[in-house]
Amino acid sequence: MTLLSANNLTLQFDTDEGRITAVDDVSFELSPGEVLGLVGESGSGKSVTAKSLMQLNPSNAVYGPESRITLRLDGNDIDVLSLKKASELKVVRGGAVSMIFQEPMASFAPAITIGDQMVEQLMLHTDMNKKRASDVSVEMLERVGISDASKRFKQYAFELSGGMRQRAMIAMALSTRPKLLIADEPTTALDVTIQAQVIDLMKDLVSEFGMGIIFITHDLGVIAQTADRVAVMYLGKLVEQGAVRDVIRNPVHPYTKGLLNALPKLDDLDAPLTPIPGDIPSPLERPSGCVFHTRCSVAEPRCQITVPPMTMTGDNHNFACLVAAGEKETA
Amino acid sequence: MSDKPIISARDLSIHFTLRGGFLAPKQVLRAVEGVTLDIPSGSFFGLVGESGSGKTTLGRAFLKANKISRGQAHYFDGEVEYDLENLSKQQLKDYRKRAQLIFQDPYAALSPRMTVRDIIAEPLEVMGLTSTREETDERVREIAAKCRLNLEHLRRFPHAFSGGQRQRISIARALVSNPRFVVADESVAALDVSIQADILNLLKSLQDELGLTYLFISHDLSVVAHICDHVAVMYLGRLVETAPTKDLFSAPRHPYTKALLSAIPSLDPDQRDGGQKLQGEIPSPTNPPPGCKFNTRCPFAIDICRTKEPELEHSGREHDVACHRWQELAEGADAESAT
Repeated sequence: MTLLSANNLTLQFDTDEGRITAVDDVSFELSPGEVLGLVGESGSGKSVTAKSLMQLNPSNAVYGPESRITLRLDGNDIDVLSLKKASELKVVRGGAVSMIFQEPMASFAPAITIGDQMVEQLMLHTDMNKKRASDVSVEMLERVGISDASKRFKQYAFELSGGMRQRAMIAMALSTRPKLLIADEPTTALDVTIQAQVIDLMKDLVSEFGMGIIFITHDLGVIAQTADRVAVMYLGKLVEQGAVRDVIRNPVHPYTKGLLNALPKLDDLDAPLTPIPGDIPSPLERPSGCVFHTRCSVAEPRCQITVPPMTMTGDNHNFACLVAAGEKETA
Repeated sequence: MSDKPIISARDLSIHFTLRGGFLAPKQVLRAVEGVTLDIPSGSFFGLVGESGSGKTTLGRAFLKANKISRGQAHYFDGEVEYDLENLSKQQLKDYRKRAQLIFQDPYAALSPRMTVRDIIAEPLEVMGLTSTREETDERVREIAAKCRLNLEHLRRFPHAFSGGQRQRISIARALVSNPRFVVADESVAALDVSIQADILNLLKSLQDELGLTYLFISHDLSVVAHICDHVAVMYLGRLVETAPTKDLFSAPRHPYTKALLSAIPSLDPDQRDGGQKLQGEIPSPTNPPPGCKFNTRCPFAIDICRTKEPELEHSGREHDVACHRWQELAEGADAESAT
């Protein structure tokens, strides 16, 4: 059973400099209770992909005609991209789908108390009355490990520390009991010790609430610690996806391999750091063929022309690389 | 290289006075308190800690960008020796050439209205290091080539560059005055992983080529482990542990260092229960706890930790730690690993 499926998602932005491709023919699925890690560097399209699940992209976004996002709730399929009116969109914006953002200071309204913001969304998305919504909110704040929850409930975002704000953000996102949670770099702005606490908390909550999570990050270590499956993106393309163990231990795509080699590893301090050569191309100068060929160490002339199709290797492990596919075949 | 450290700080404190509100008393924020530290000449010296630990404040004090409230800091590079507390105007001018800063955010650090050539040349002109335009151009081209920027790049404006290229421009600007001591404050934190390794390798090769000493401020322990030869760990304005990198990572003494290390997310999906997690958050520096500053979060804290502040003591060759119980805890760990 799938909770969410994205098929052939293509997304472009109309800008003054022309039409920019942000997401190019991306497909993935998510089951209830599963954590899908979406990894990629800046400009890879991971945030834009996640935002399209809630139709949060700005109005200059143009979805490809083939793009489908289907959310399955209680046996009913919802075609997310066909939703237009605010009343229809409610279900993907806070109803069955919630989102946690990277910078909690920017996502809370500064002049409204944490409590009022939590109560407001609960009253909007559930049939709770104000009293019940307050009780549930305080309970959620306690659940995410905020001490003195009833006092924090009455405070403003600036009165909380960074770690506590992110906990409050999580409490708020989960209080409506969403079926799908989108976490966009939820730990990136936090210190490493606080990050460890928040990751632990999120793991506990997944097992308790059983929702599906899309976890966006650029940190492969965080992915290894949280995700069941991982999808690696580069310049709007999905280049590899599979179970987190398979992808991290046996990466196939040269980009995934490169990312892993570029990471400083603590168990081998003398290992040299190997950067991926070159820079990420500007979206205005999108390479033809395989988008990674400009930085790829194994690229062949055909990589500049042919867009590599997704190739299966092993159990549910896909990659998009012509050279690796050729090697797999001959092996 | 000489045996005398390029920077030596003795009991250095930096306090800021916060303006109190209406009827509220003034508060003193003790950003750095009693830090004694030697940065060996020619080293790649890492300074780590969480936000609020005072690492940036300390780094800026070495550049004379923060006032030192108490204690001393000396600079020595083989040619000149300065007491950073008492610099004459002339000396300060000279010191600005010798000590430079590389910023964190390459997007904010470069003026969008200047060409790359002008950005790199500006320090030369401000400091009056070159007399003719030809001389300036010559020097800019030389340092740009070392930072792997080509002549074509020099004519353009920063907006045309990616994050990695911008950071190379920042580095060229910092190094154009031929400094001996460079503070790199979170200089790779804003970069993507694939680019980060490239900048780290560049910093390292420039060090070998130009004989630089770096103070590398970072919150990322795995980066520090790879690039630095010495590491100092700070917590709430105090130095809690300092050691050669290999020692610190193989045998951390301070419970805070241990906690920081175990908090790094492991790349191994089967190692998901990564040891002891640190509870709580760093206390406010305006109201630090008495005794050892770490006692509110330390799993090993006992009575003495809550009353008496531990001194930095030698625990091995070049390995110093400020913890009342490090010996006891080290013996416990040895016994554990023996069994």
